[in-house]
Amino acid sequence: MPCSSTCSAGTDNKEQFAKLQEVIERYKGTKGSLMPVLQEAQGIFGALTLDVQKYISEALGIPLMDIYGIATFYSQFTLKPKGKYKVSVCMGTACYVRGAKRLQDKLVEVLGIQVGETDEEGRFTLEATRCLGACGLAPVLLINDDVYGRTTPEAVPGIIEKYRKD
Amino acid sequence: MDMVKVIIDGVQVEVPKDSTILDAARIAGIDIPTLCYLKGINAIGACRICLVEVEGARALQASCVYPVSDGLVVHTNTPVVREARRINLELILSNHDRKCLTCVRNQKCELQDLAERFHIKDIRYEGERIDYARDELSPSIVRDANKCVLCRRCVAVCASQGVSAIGPVERGFRTIVAPAFDMSINDVPCINCGQCIQACPVGAIKEKDDIDKVWLALQNPDLHVVVQTAPAVRVALGEEFGMEMGTRVTGKMAAALRRLGFDKVFDTDFTADLTIMEEGTELLGRIKNGGKLPLITSCSPGWIKFCEQFYPDFLDNLSTCKSPHEMMGALLKSYYAEKNGLDPAKVFVVSIMPCTAKKFEAQRPELSATGFPDVDVVLTTRELARMIKEAGLDFAKLPDEEFDRPLGESTGAGVIFGATGGVMEAALRTVAEIVTGKPMEDIEVKAVRGIEGVKEAEIQLGDMVVRAAVAHGTGNAKALLEKVKSGEKEYHFIEVMACPGGCVTGGGQPIVKAKDRMERDPREVRAAAIYEEDRDMPLRKSHDNPEVKKLYEDYLGEPNSHKAHELLHTHYVARKTY
Repeated sequence: MPCSSTCSAGTDNKEQFAKLQEVIERYKGTKGSLMPVLQEAQGIFGALTLDVQKYISEALGIPLMDIYGIATFYSQFTLKPKGKYKVSVCMGTACYVRGAKRLQDKLVEVLGIQVGETDEEGRFTLEATRCLGACGLAPVLLINDDVYGRTTPEAVPGIIEKYRKD
Repeated sequence: MDMVKVIIDGVQVEVPKDSTILDAARIAGIDIPTLCYLKGINAIGACRICLVEVEGARALQASCVYPVSDGLVVHTNTPVVREARRINLELILSNHDRKCLTCVRNQKCELQDLAERFHIKDIRYEGERIDYARDELSPSIVRDANKCVLCRRCVAVCASQGVSAIGPVERGFRTIVAPAFDMSINDVPCINCGQCIQACPVGAIKEKDDIDKVWLALQNPDLHVVVQTAPAVRVALGEEFGMEMGTRVTGKMAAALRRLGFDKVFDTDFTADLTIMEEGTELLGRIKNGGKLPLITSCSPGWIKFCEQFYPDFLDNLSTCKSPHEMMGALLKSYYAEKNGLDPAKVFVVSIMPCTAKKFEAQRPELSATGFPDVDVVLTTRELARMIKEAGLDFAKLPDEEFDRPLGESTGAGVIFGATGGVMEAALRTVAEIVTGKPMEDIEVKAVRGIEGVKEAEIQLGDMVVRAAVAHGTGNAKALLEKVKSGEKEYHFIEVMACPGGCVTGGGQPIVKAKDRMERDPREVRAAAIYEEDRDMPLRKSHDNPEVKKLYEDYLGEPNSHKAHELLHTHYVARKTY
């Protein structure tokens, strides 16, 4: 274990940290290994939390500060786990003029979270997205891979309800 | 050295081959403006203030990172260059928190200098601003991200110290220089060395200001307020009053402190001498009795925190000696209080230090030998200058006064603590004489002086050879410790100072602007003043200090005695980094 006695990483979710250790073994010593390690770590844990970054920092001998800088620079990395369902509203021009903002406001109200946040249950993450290329269906709401075209704020509670059940 | 010829603004100059355009222009007598550049620390071409036209190049080039080549033709003062620099500066100013009147760097700010130089009369762009909370939790360092210009000079110096407590976070407009995970600088591996403050061109990082605590104590008739000054303060304080770098102001400083109302003005150099007695004895004891070696000095609280965080395996190597100002504090509240019939609860100790880490150190609970903190408040050299200005003292016109006795008596060995290698040299002057029974032929140990990152010396003492090493800057200390760890190097005695250059360029010293650092190295200029001070002292070896001898006779017994241990020694703990 590369972790020092003062580090609490690995006490819970042992299996995930074992997987991370495998990844690190694979990349250790190769130049430029931090990015792929971070990508795989996010795949394993769903997010680059403090414990995960601390573990990587000690294992690769890279300051936590440098890792955190990279994790916050690239939008593909996230510090907090995303919800089971990623709810995104297209904010492209066509969707915007056809009421995407009102749709988003309604989602904020129904889900009880702001854009960029995840609810406490870990079920929903609300995001804004750039043009999805489905302008003919504007405004577009996307929940994971399900596309809802020509959506109205009134339809939002019913749509969300479907994802609350399972 | 290989030279190349370049033409700058129509003038041909010959410059070393490895110069940048910025260097070459300075040789040609042209001062290209800079902001993110800091000699020896940061050259990344980020701020775009030092742009120049290079013939044949596609666009304007950042001169701080553009290497010269033979025949290069550069223009530094064309309308295109002036306009580009100006717009870049205006964009930097567009979201800067421009409350200059209440800024710690007012009139000492590199951004202000640029605004003046570029004749900025109004701000054409008003950028979106995020209001960041000030981080004031650290006893040493305050961060104000609203003032930050994202030059990354602090980031570079923190990384070169081997710490990396702060760095760029997020991107685009949301970019900020901060510790990881929105933590306070107090909760990350910051060692409080304050080199980030020295590097900052603006007021985004500064020391925690404790002046008010001292004014309050001075006006309290129940308190007996005593001040002490570190060796390095006397060769730098004058700069805050417009004096040349390296001016020695020991006498004026003592006079100023007396006029500020301190009851006694003592000298940390006294306890520097005392440190040599304690640490020298500790060294000889460890060598004789097979104790833990190498012995590593413990005067620098930045280094101590660094060791506790990153090298806990070396904690037993650290000298148990408290740093000199803490020794002084402990003596003031015991020996001095008893001798003068004072209640230690009413003795208030102020330390004037070149150091921001001493503020953190003074708060360590273990440093309270009498049940009271050994030191009550630490002020930096800069804070003392502010007090002197606030009090209206005309510093240049003050007479030269002496420190009070007995705790103001010192030797040249005490004063050289202020420069890298000084503790080692002072220790050798005394240890040599104890071991061989006669003084060293030349008491000036040149091998441990200077700004080389790691210095080594082998000193023959009778039939014993002492192997010594000196590192300054924790980055250099790290490299040295790795070699000790791997067995590549073996030493008896190592001196470490957290700050590059030692205390003369500590985090609490007057800030030297990037432009001035291109002209001269404050580490060398101030150290030269320290060594002059040493040469002018009638006594130059710690064991010759008559008041130190008397202290042992009257009170402590002998070096490393039980009483000495109680008052003058301490212990260390492994610390988490996060």
